[in-house]
Amino acid sequence: MTTPSTTMAQALNSALRDALTEDERVVVFGEDVGRLGGVFRITDGLTAEFGEDRCFDTPLAEAGIVGFAVGMAMGGFRPVVELQFDAFAYPAFEQIASHVAKMRNRTRGRVALPMVIRIPYAGGIGGVEHHCDSSEAYYAHTPGLKVVTPATADDAYSLLREAIEDPDPVIFLEPKKLYWSKSQVALPVRTEPFGRAAIRRQGADATLVAYGPTVPVALEAAEAAVEEGWDLEVVDLRTIVPFDDETVAASVRRTGRCVIVSEAAGFAGVGAEIAARVQERCFHSLHAPVLRVTGYDIPYPPPMLEQHHLPNVDRILDSLDRLQRDDRPDPRFLPLGGAA
Amino acid sequence: MTDRQHDGGPEALLPSERPVRFLTDTGAAVRGRPRYPLPSPETLRRAYRAMVVGRRFDAQATALTKQGRLAVYPSSHGQEACQVGAVLALQDGDWFFPTYRESMALVTRGIEPTEVLALLRGDAHCGYDPHRHHVAPQCTPLATQTVHAAGLAYAEQRKGSGRIALACVGDGATSEGDFHEALNFAAVFKAPVVFLVQNNQYAISVPLDRQTAAPSLAHKGIGYGIRSERIDGNDPVAVLAVLSAAAEHARSGHGPFLVEAHTYRLESHTNADDATRYRTDAEAEEWRRRDPIARLEAYLRRRGHLSDEDVAEAATAAEEFAARLRTAMNAAPELTPLGMFDHVYDVPTPQLDEQRASLRSELEAEEALT
Ligand SMILES: Cc1ncc(C[n+]2csc(CCOP(=O)(O)OP(=O)(O)O)c2C)c(N)n1
Ligand SMILES: [Mg+2]
Repeated sequence: MTTPSTTMAQALNSALRDALTEDERVVVFGEDVGRLGGVFRITDGLTAEFGEDRCFDTPLAEAGIVGFAVGMAMGGFRPVVELQFDAFAYPAFEQIASHVAKMRNRTRGRVALPMVIRIPYAGGIGGVEHHCDSSEAYYAHTPGLKVVTPATADDAYSLLREAIEDPDPVIFLEPKKLYWSKSQVALPVRTEPFGRAAIRRQGADATLVAYGPTVPVALEAAEAAVEEGWDLEVVDLRTIVPFDDETVAASVRRTGRCVIVSEAAGFAGVGAEIAARVQERCFHSLHAPVLRVTGYDIPYPPPMLEQHHLPNVDRILDSLDRLQRDDRPDPRFLPLGGAA
Repeated sequence: MTDRQHDGGPEALLPSERPVRFLTDTGAAVRGRPRYPLPSPETLRRAYRAMVVGRRFDAQATALTKQGRLAVYPSSHGQEACQVGAVLALQDGDWFFPTYRESMALVTRGIEPTEVLALLRGDAHCGYDPHRHHVAPQCTPLATQTVHAAGLAYAEQRKGSGRIALACVGDGATSEGDFHEALNFAAVFKAPVVFLVQNNQYAISVPLDRQTAAPSLAHKGIGYGIRSERIDGNDPVAVLAVLSAAAEHARSGHGPFLVEAHTYRLESHTNADDATRYRTDAEAEEWRRRDPIARLEAYLRRRGHLSDEDVAEAATAAEEFAARLRTAMNAAPELTPLGMFDHVYDVPTPQLDEQRASLRSELEAEEALT
C-alpha cells in the first residue's frame, strides 16, 4: 500500500482537527478562520465539523486576538490562534512580548500560557509588501517563546500537535511557500520532539543549516553541489527555540564547514545566532569561517524582484567557494566595487 | 456630568437616524431634503464621468490580473461613489490616505494608472510620488494609516495651511486599535481630518455583524467626541454632500469628522478570494440594483444636467482610458534589481554597499553567460 501524498496545508489542517477531537480545551480562532477556512484554508472545514464554539472568526484586531487568547489560556483553554500574515502580527507584538512571553516568569511559574500563535511567514509566493516578512528573529529574541517552523508535511503535523500540547506558548511559523508542497505522509504521524534538529541529507564536506522555507533550497543546492565535488550535509532546525546545539555542532565537527541559509535579512538574524553558537562549540574543528546565505538587509522587495533577494542554489554554491582553505581576502569584502 | 466640548451635548455628534440619502435606489430625489447642501450640477457631472471612467479602469485592472499582469487586485467595483466622492470632496493641496482598495480613487485624483498599479503589478511598493499628489502610499496594514492622517492633519493645522486630510478605512479595520487611537488623537488635537469608513459589509469573509455590536460604525466616533454621520454610500449625491460638509467642518477648525458609507464590493475581496464561500449571489444582486452610476445618471438626466452626448462622451473616455492602460501595462516594467538597495536609508550603510556590489557581480556574471 502506498502512503497518500499530503500537502503541508493538509497536514496542518489534520493536526488542528485531531487536536480539536482529542482535547476539548482546544479552541481555534482568528481572522477568516471560520466559514472561509482561513485565507490559506488551513482551518478549512473545522467550524462545520466542530461548531462555532471551537473554531471561530474574531473581529479584525491582532492585539485583541492574542490578548484574548492569553485570557482564555489563563481560564483553562488551549487557544490556537491564526495571525493572517507575518507582517500583520505586528499589532500583536505588544501582547506577545509583554505578556505571552513573560507570564510564566512574572508569576513565578504560577500562570502558564499553553497557547499557539500560528503565523504564515516568509516569501517566495509573489506577495505584495507586508505579506512576505521573515520575522522569526523578533520572536526568537524574546525569552519565554518557543519558535517552531516546519519544512515538511509530517513535521507540520507533528510539531503543531506538540505545540498545542506544550505547556509554554509557541510561535508556530508556517512557511507559506511550502503550504502546497506534497510529500508521502500517513497521518497521524509523530516525528522527533521539539529541540531536535533533523539531518535531511548526510554529507561529509560541509553542513548547510536551514529552517522552514530554506530547507528545500538547501537540499536542492546539496544535490547540485555533487557535480562540483561537494558532499553536503543538510540540517533542518525544525525548532529555532529550543535550539538543538548538539545536532548542529556534531554535524559541523564532522564536516568542518558550515553555511547557514535563511530568508530573513542577515543582520542580527537567527543565522547570526547559529554562527556564533557553531564557532563557540566547533572552533577547533572548523576549516573555514561560518558563512551565512541570507536575504539582504532591505525591506522585503516587490514581488517582481524577490528572486534577486531570496537565497537560492547559486548563492549557496557560491558560498562553497569561500569555504576552501584559502587566505585570500573575500572579494565581496574588498573596498567598494571589489567584487565588480 | 457636563459636556465639555460640544454645545449640543453628545446628541449633536450623533449620526442621522437613517443613512443620509438624496437619491432613491432608482435615482429619484428623496422626499424631504437632507440637512446637507446639495452639490452643484457641475460637481455631480464630474462625479458621473469619473465613476464611469473609474469603473472601466477597475474592470481593466481585473482583466489584467486574470492575464497575470498584476500580482493581485482588490477591486472597488460597486464602491464607485465613495472612491470618486472622497477625492472630489478634497482640494488639490489636501492629503488623501488610501488603503489597498483605493486604486480607483487614486486614478480619479489624477495619478497615472501605471504608477497606481505598480504596487499591485509588483514592480514597486509605491509607484507614485506621495508629495507630488498629496497622497500617502496605499496602505495594507489595516487602519495604521488613520493615525498618520491624524498626525498629518495636525501638522497642517500647526502650519496654518488650511489643508485637511481624508483617510479611508474599511468596516473591518474599524476593529483595529489604531483606528480608535486615530479617532482619539484627532479629537484631542482637533486635527482637521475626515475619516471615511467604506462599510462594504465584509472584511474578506467576515460580515459586519461578526465585527461589531455597535449600533453603527458611525457611532464609534461619539465616544471620542467626534461628529459622525452615516450615509448611503451608493448615492453619489449623498457621498459628495456629506464629505464636502465634513471637509468644511474640518477645514474651518471644528476638528475631525467621521463618515460611515454603506456600500458593497461586488467582486471578491481580491482575485485570490472566492466570495461564493461566504455570501450569496442574491445579496450581491440586491446591491447591483443600487448601482451608484445608474442612480446618478437617472437623477442628472431627469434634471436636464446630463445629455445622451455626455453619456456617450464618458463612455468613450472610459474606453480610451482602458485602452491606454492596456497598452501601458503590456510593456514590461523596467526592473532594477540593484535599486533594491536604494532608499533603505538616506545614505546606504557600508553593509548595504557590500551587498549591492555582491549582487552586481552576480548580475554581471549572469549577463556574461547569456
Ligand atoms: C493589520 C492587518 N491585519 C490583517 C490584514 C489582512 N487583511 C487584508 S484586507 C482584510 C480585510 C479588511 O476588511 P475591511 O477593513 O472591511 O476592508 P475591505 O477589504 O472590505 O475594503 C484583512 C483581514 C491586514 N492587511 N492588516
Ligand atoms: Mg469591508
